[in-house]
Amino acid sequence: MTTLDSSKEIQKNNSEANETHEDFRMFGLITFLIADGMTFAGFFAAYLTYKAVNPLPDGAIYELELPIPTLNTILLLVSSATFHKAGKALLKDENSESQKWLFFTAFLGFIFLICQLFEYFHLPFGLTDNLFASTFYALTGFHGLHVTLGTLMILIIAWQSRIKGGRLTSQNMFPLEAVELYWHFVDGIWVILFIILYLL
Amino acid sequence: MTISIEPQKTNNESLQPKGWLRYFSFSLDHKVIGIQYLVCGFLFYLIGGTLASAIRIELASPMSDFMPRDVYNQVLTLHGTIMIFLWIVPVVNGAFGNYLIPFYVGARDMAFPRLNAVAFWLIPPSGLMLVASYFVDGAAQAGWTAYPPLSITTPHSGQIIWILSVLLLGGSSIFGGINFIATIIKLRRPGLKLMQLPMYCWAMLGTSLLVVLSTPVLAGTLILLSFDIIANTGFFNPVLGGNVVVYQHLFWFYSHPAVYIMVLPAFGLVSEILPVHARKPLFGYTTMVFSIMGIVVLGLVVWAHHMFTSGTPPWMRLFFTIATAFIAVPTGIKFFNWVATLWGGKISINSAILFSCGFIINFVFGGITGVALAQVPFDIHVHDTYFVVAHFHYIVYGGTVFIIFSSIYHWFPKVTGKMLNEKLGILHFIVTFIGFNLCFAPQHWLGLNGMPRRVAEYDPQFQFVNQISSLGALLMAISTIPFLINVFLSVRNGKDAGDNPWNALTPEWLTSSPPPVENWEGEAPLVEEPYGYGKEISEQK
Amino acid sequence: MLNKNIYLILIISLVFAISFWVGFNVNLLPAEASINAPIYDELFKILFIIGLIIFIGMTIAVIYSLFKFRKRNDQIGDGIALEGNLSLEIVWTIIPSIIVLLIGLYSYNIYDRMGGMKELNHNHEMMSSNTEKIWAGISQTSDNEIAINNLSIEVSAMQFAFLFNYPKGNFISGELHVPVDQKVSMKMESKDVIHAFWVPEFRIKQDIIPGQPTILNFTPTKVGKYPIICAELCGPYHGGMRASIIVEEESDYNEWFNKNKKTEVNL
Repeated sequence: MTTLDSSKEIQKNNSEANETHEDFRMFGLITFLIADGMTFAGFFAAYLTYKAVNPLPDGAIYELELPIPTLNTILLLVSSATFHKAGKALLKDENSESQKWLFFTAFLGFIFLICQLFEYFHLPFGLTDNLFASTFYALTGFHGLHVTLGTLMILIIAWQSRIKGGRLTSQNMFPLEAVELYWHFVDGIWVILFIILYLL
Repeated sequence: MTISIEPQKTNNESLQPKGWLRYFSFSLDHKVIGIQYLVCGFLFYLIGGTLASAIRIELASPMSDFMPRDVYNQVLTLHGTIMIFLWIVPVVNGAFGNYLIPFYVGARDMAFPRLNAVAFWLIPPSGLMLVASYFVDGAAQAGWTAYPPLSITTPHSGQIIWILSVLLLGGSSIFGGINFIATIIKLRRPGLKLMQLPMYCWAMLGTSLLVVLSTPVLAGTLILLSFDIIANTGFFNPVLGGNVVVYQHLFWFYSHPAVYIMVLPAFGLVSEILPVHARKPLFGYTTMVFSIMGIVVLGLVVWAHHMFTSGTPPWMRLFFTIATAFIAVPTGIKFFNWVATLWGGKISINSAILFSCGFIINFVFGGITGVALAQVPFDIHVHDTYFVVAHFHYIVYGGTVFIIFSSIYHWFPKVTGKMLNEKLGILHFIVTFIGFNLCFAPQHWLGLNGMPRRVAEYDPQFQFVNQISSLGALLMAISTIPFLINVFLSVRNGKDAGDNPWNALTPEWLTSSPPPVENWEGEAPLVEEPYGYGKEISEQK
Repeated sequence: MLNKNIYLILIISLVFAISFWVGFNVNLLPAEASINAPIYDELFKILFIIGLIIFIGMTIAVIYSLFKFRKRNDQIGDGIALEGNLSLEIVWTIIPSIIVLLIGLYSYNIYDRMGGMKELNHNHEMMSSNTEKIWAGISQTSDNEIAINNLSIEVSAMQFAFLFNYPKGNFISGELHVPVDQKVSMKMESKDVIHAFWVPEFRIKQDIIPGQPTILNFTPTKVGKYPIICAELCGPYHGGMRASIIVEEESDYNEWFNKNKKTEVNL
């Protein structure tokens, strides 16, 4: 997408050819996200196994209300799109535009968390009521933790993008791209979670 | 991405502490971190070994008379956890991986030096925390497998500290894994092809894939277990409607690959050591690479062979039997290739090669009992007995720990510039080899004849064989003495090694010993044939 | 060259001869006291012989290379630059694959003969309700066969003891008494943590899991007293968690059964 200042490039090529590498930071992040995804995979596997082999005691089957989680799904999907907008704006060096989109994304994440908490408070079951309840809270809670972290990171990069030529510029897109990838990942997990937990 | 950035090199040299102090600092130098891993791991090995001696003293008599029964369970839990998570995994992965991988790929450091240092510095606190839990309210006493409901019903503080400590160590291991994958795939010197990498890189790539794919599952499982303990949820608590077998599935999804996380790097290290001392190229490089990847793939789908008596359905037992037994094929290929590497060489008989050959013999034995254990009907009789204890000690001690010692003899001159004393080294090998086999070979018989594992008291008819085993353990404990003397004497007044005492061709020997901070004075050499012994190329050196 | 081959053949046959002799003559296993035991020992013998051949062969190869190809003092330079041999690689991929596959099929056959592949989730005579989930164990008999004899025993395990409930006699015993040469069917459940029921002389073991009943069937063939051992770490007194199984002639068993019927002794 971008290249370093060409003079810097030449300078480095002159000094030591083998010191130039592709940017592997994104590669490292992807590896980390695979690992993180495996944690969720473990939770999902446990949840599905419970569902298959451990019938709940009589009268303990709860129908989950769909409106809030559906709203949450939409919120997260929209936030992915707004994040993408922020990246595009930064690429064109429109820092304030980018910052606006970032704050909006963070705001959507924040609303998601509020909705999630609202849902928690209005559910007819608590953490230790039964196996389904426990797994439900573990899965959504662990995902909510990811959303919280993501929102905080978006706020940080939004802060960093406030000045033109600051830490976050069209030349140094990595922080934004990294958080964006993470955010899409959290999004994707939510979609899987929504399907498995609410729809199945 | 076409952005070019400088490899994140070691920071400004003047900011880093000099001399021995740097081993206690948050150093970003991969060589310093490697040594930190090794020494830290060895200290925990001494602690774990002391615990093992306590177990063998207890088992020298059929009565539970040496320590209280609950303390015995704490000791065996700590022994298992320390040896796996604080000695073998950090040393074969962290120590040798950090020291060697950047050399092998022709880099000046690991891909993420800061992450690397964080990964190491997670280990001492979590290890100390684990050991200290004994003094708080008793350590965990549910075994290193921490099967619920036992782990839920035993005293909580010890179990929670155990979980926290294993989570941190798992995190350290994941960070390390990410770093190794990025370094091997992305940080290779230009012109160096994947199929020219020394075998240890492939082993570490496979191991790191396993780490990244399986360790997070363990972390998730332990988080659920800690909810059961702290928050009274019922994931694994049958009283609250939970399912204990689900824990076993999730646990072994990590802990079986963990065995390969412990032995694959050893396979890589022995592939480096044998060609150097046999003066022959590594036999069958390509098949070795494919067999590593075969072990990685198969290793992920065999976990339920630890659960043949846990009420798993018949089809599952059958599938896992066949899958497990097939791991013997890629593993066997590696062993045949190593023997073929020795065959027709000009082998210098020294401590490094002796430990490597000891490894081959022990591991073949452990592998054969492993194939037998994979068979459901066989496993049903010996599951959870001393037969299994003997089997996995043949794999992890007779296999991996022998290779750790072999590697220390091989790379000590690289790290210090001094040679280790060969006479003490050979003495160390002989005592270790005899002690090890004396300790664990009789345990196969014990298991077959009715001695379950993790017991403090047993049928008196087994006393004599247990005493032989304890005698072997005593020899193993003694065997560390010549080793420690050797290391301390050689660091001070060892014979000067020169830069390349073995005339090896792998890249780490093509710089000075000990190497400079950024590994090479000039450009990293392009080593296209790391095993080119007996060819033109080796005559030029 | 001819000499070399003769030596090789000689050594290989010696390895085979030693392995077979040891396999057939060294008995590492305890007494055989159930119909499972001889089947198990057959598998053990085969695995033992194959294992010995491979182990002795590899050990000889390693030690021989160390002696034969050791570097003499007057030697300099490297060994031959031999980087691999495709046909050799194929040989030592295919032969082990075949061996492993054959062992796998053979052990499947053994397992089937031991009763491991029986479906256990049918309506079971002993189950309190038809919907109760039974987790797999070893079953040699079909459910109907069990229904016609008295030998349905309910095992409950707790820290740190086994209790054996004879529903037909309405009593609970701390010792397991069974008549020789008759099929015994046990339904096992744990009251607290995971335990395991292991009788080494019978070559059977099954975990006893809280919340999930397991089934274990066996047929003792030899009169005597054998230990029942808990094989799953269950707490501080795990090592002391033992009981006895007493296999006796049918008349002795009936006498014992009638003596205990409807009364709770031996507890």
